[in-house]
Amino acid sequence: MQALEHFLPQVWFIILGLFLLLYVMLDGFDLGVGILSLTASDDERRGILMTSLGNVWDANETWLVLMGGALFGAFPLAYGTILTALYIPICMMLFGLIFRAVAFEFREHSNRKLFWNYAFGAGSFLAALAQGFALGAVLEGIAVDEAGHFVGTTWDWLDWRSILVALTLVQGYVLIGSTYLIMKTDGELQTNHYRTAKIAAVTTLIGAILITIATPVFYESTRARLFDKPLVYVFAAIPVLGLLLVGLLLRSLEQKQERTPFVWTIMIFLLSFIGLGLIVFPYIIPTQLTIYQAAAAPSALVFMIVFIGFLIPIMIFYNIYNYVVFRGKVAGGHYGE
Amino acid sequence: MDILSNTVALSRMQFALTAIFHMLWPVLTTGMGIYLVIVEGMWLKTRNPDYYHHARFWSKLYVLNFGIGVASGIPMEFQFGTNWAPFSEAVGDFFGSILGFEASMAFMLEAGFLGIMLFGWGRVHPIVHYFATIMVAFGANLSTVWILVANSWLQTPAGGEMVNGKFVVTDYFQAIMNPFALNSILHMFFATLETSLFVIGGISAWYILNKRNEAFFSKSLKIAIATAIAVAPLQIFIGHLSAEQVYHYQPTKLAAIEAKWETSAAGESADWTLLALPNEKAQKNDWEIKIPNGLGYVLEFKQKLSEPVLGLKEWKPEDRPRMVGLIYYCFRIMSGIGFFFVGLMLFSTIQWMRGKLSAENISSQPWLMRAWILAAPLGYIAVESGWIVRCVGRQPWVLYGQIRTADGVSNIPASNVLTSLSFFAIIYSFLFVCALYFGSRIIRKGPNLNLSVPGLGNQPAIETELAEHIPDQRPVEAQQ
Repeated sequence: MQALEHFLPQVWFIILGLFLLLYVMLDGFDLGVGILSLTASDDERRGILMTSLGNVWDANETWLVLMGGALFGAFPLAYGTILTALYIPICMMLFGLIFRAVAFEFREHSNRKLFWNYAFGAGSFLAALAQGFALGAVLEGIAVDEAGHFVGTTWDWLDWRSILVALTLVQGYVLIGSTYLIMKTDGELQTNHYRTAKIAAVTTLIGAILITIATPVFYESTRARLFDKPLVYVFAAIPVLGLLLVGLLLRSLEQKQERTPFVWTIMIFLLSFIGLGLIVFPYIIPTQLTIYQAAAAPSALVFMIVFIGFLIPIMIFYNIYNYVVFRGKVAGGHYGE
Repeated sequence: MDILSNTVALSRMQFALTAIFHMLWPVLTTGMGIYLVIVEGMWLKTRNPDYYHHARFWSKLYVLNFGIGVASGIPMEFQFGTNWAPFSEAVGDFFGSILGFEASMAFMLEAGFLGIMLFGWGRVHPIVHYFATIMVAFGANLSTVWILVANSWLQTPAGGEMVNGKFVVTDYFQAIMNPFALNSILHMFFATLETSLFVIGGISAWYILNKRNEAFFSKSLKIAIATAIAVAPLQIFIGHLSAEQVYHYQPTKLAAIEAKWETSAAGESADWTLLALPNEKAQKNDWEIKIPNGLGYVLEFKQKLSEPVLGLKEWKPEDRPRMVGLIYYCFRIMSGIGFFFVGLMLFSTIQWMRGKLSAENISSQPWLMRAWILAAPLGYIAVESGWIVRCVGRQPWVLYGQIRTADGVSNIPASNVLTSLSFFAIIYSFLFVCALYFGSRIIRKGPNLNLSVPGLGNQPAIETELAEHIPDQRPVEAQQ
């Protein structure tokens, strides 16, 4: 029984990690394209950018809803504590996502396309920034009492480190958005995004290096964990692999390859994720609340595995099918009609 | 108690505001999804291009509503954590799981196939496209199922008990099949369908009244009438079953619905008030229009009550719902609209059978068309009213009889909630105005009947080049 009580929260930690990874990669390129649309030079191009997302943005955003629901069900305590602590960044994210989402349809029917272009771009930027603040704040830890309830103040989430994480995440989204657009567009638009991808790759790398240095230097608890054997070898390998992947990415951009930059970017996201997961585990709020403390009853975790677990491959399958149906370049500002 | 510095009151207002606005969009898409399945199926069967154009035209309104529905719906889920953390912790085992199911089973299905439904014409085989349309409708309605399971469980908690302030679930299937679940799911399923039918019928009637594509829109009007023949009376019946359950399981809510202050014992008959002005301070109705001995007939179709109907005075003021007048009138608005729909459906059916709705005769029915236009917004009002009765009537409990709403609120400063509430109010009002504006724009523009129809069967799909749209060239006044 003891083993089961440890095993089930671990399973859900991994499932949640998967949902978060899928969200950050998929809605990451959506939001990245949104941020890039702020720099597009004319309306036709912005139309192409938005069309490239038209059929996928809502499914991509659903991974966030799914993650929210799964976190609520599997770790109710953490769900309440984290969201209460992050009241302001969560609201910022929601407002940003609202404007991003409605811009797709409203722009289509509006005469003032410029307004909805900015709503789309600014909404994407706000959502990305807020997600970065949230991620940064959770990694730093949240003030809780013995029962795991939030006891901090409204602005706890904001400091130089969460700003650093937020800016880096925005760069990361711009990077994955650029590489997505390299796949989906051609001509001058594609050339532009080879350039933005290069810039974003470098700025993301700088951000990642700063975060990597800052983590062991400023946070004792993580320092102990990082230099723990045998994990220290893994943590030593991650930056090396990361540099290698960024090198491969830059080379593929230099060679004007169309698909590989996106693949390398996904690998970079995956690697960062594994690194973060290893630092955080077995905590759900680092060094305050473990997944075992925050978990729902074992019966609830089994109940959810039965109903959600078997759907994961099915969901992934029809999402992939959606991408297959709409593969290829976006031509003009329209898909169907 | 100053409401602006009260986190509970502000959080409730925020949840109510976001829920009331959010509800407007999925109500339409859930029901309209079924309508799209019907018209696309009729196109596949009859190969009459009109049905294809119906599918294309209405899906424009569908996607407008869907986008706003997604945008306005995400804050609903996150508010449980931001504003109601203690509640989330106490009920997460069941309530959180159910929200997870909704996302994974229902919402993802709808979102995953929506792209193909909207943009997939000509990219996938018509049968695959039809499958996508069915999945979108199925996903949307599955959302209704899970959301109503979750909400019904708040009304009639089952499958476990409270232990140390946390709801411990012993039987998940009993919790899912809680007493309210089945009737509530059916009531909401028919509510979304009925609302959509009267919206579609109302818009069709508007075109007919304005002499635009009368033959084309008489088809959608007839589909709406034909479906309403089954839906409208059934909805009244299920509504009655739901009320019977409230009578049995939620006596405080029933007392508020009937503005009943004094108890009537079992085996007796009691008066029923058609209209009243409840006065909460004086604990009585200032005036009322009574139907003598009516309550038994309203609740159980017989004169004598089989169970006592408790009056509000049975409970201390802090143990019963406030805003009795709101609950009382919302219930009557909802029921009144339900009966109006049945009446309109009956009259329309008679006219149809008399041949008055044929393509040649239909424009000679201006008053019937006006009645349908009037009916278009009523479904929304009924749905909102019903939910107000359901959730305001549940107070002061968030989990009926178990957790008080005031105990479920997060430890956050009221100023935070006031700020977010203000932003939500502004943004959602703006979305509402935009939805009306762009929705009426789509309607004024009308269907594009020049779209090329994709090939069926073994024929290769016809390239769906961007067809030239012929704009409405009549003067602006005539378009209005």
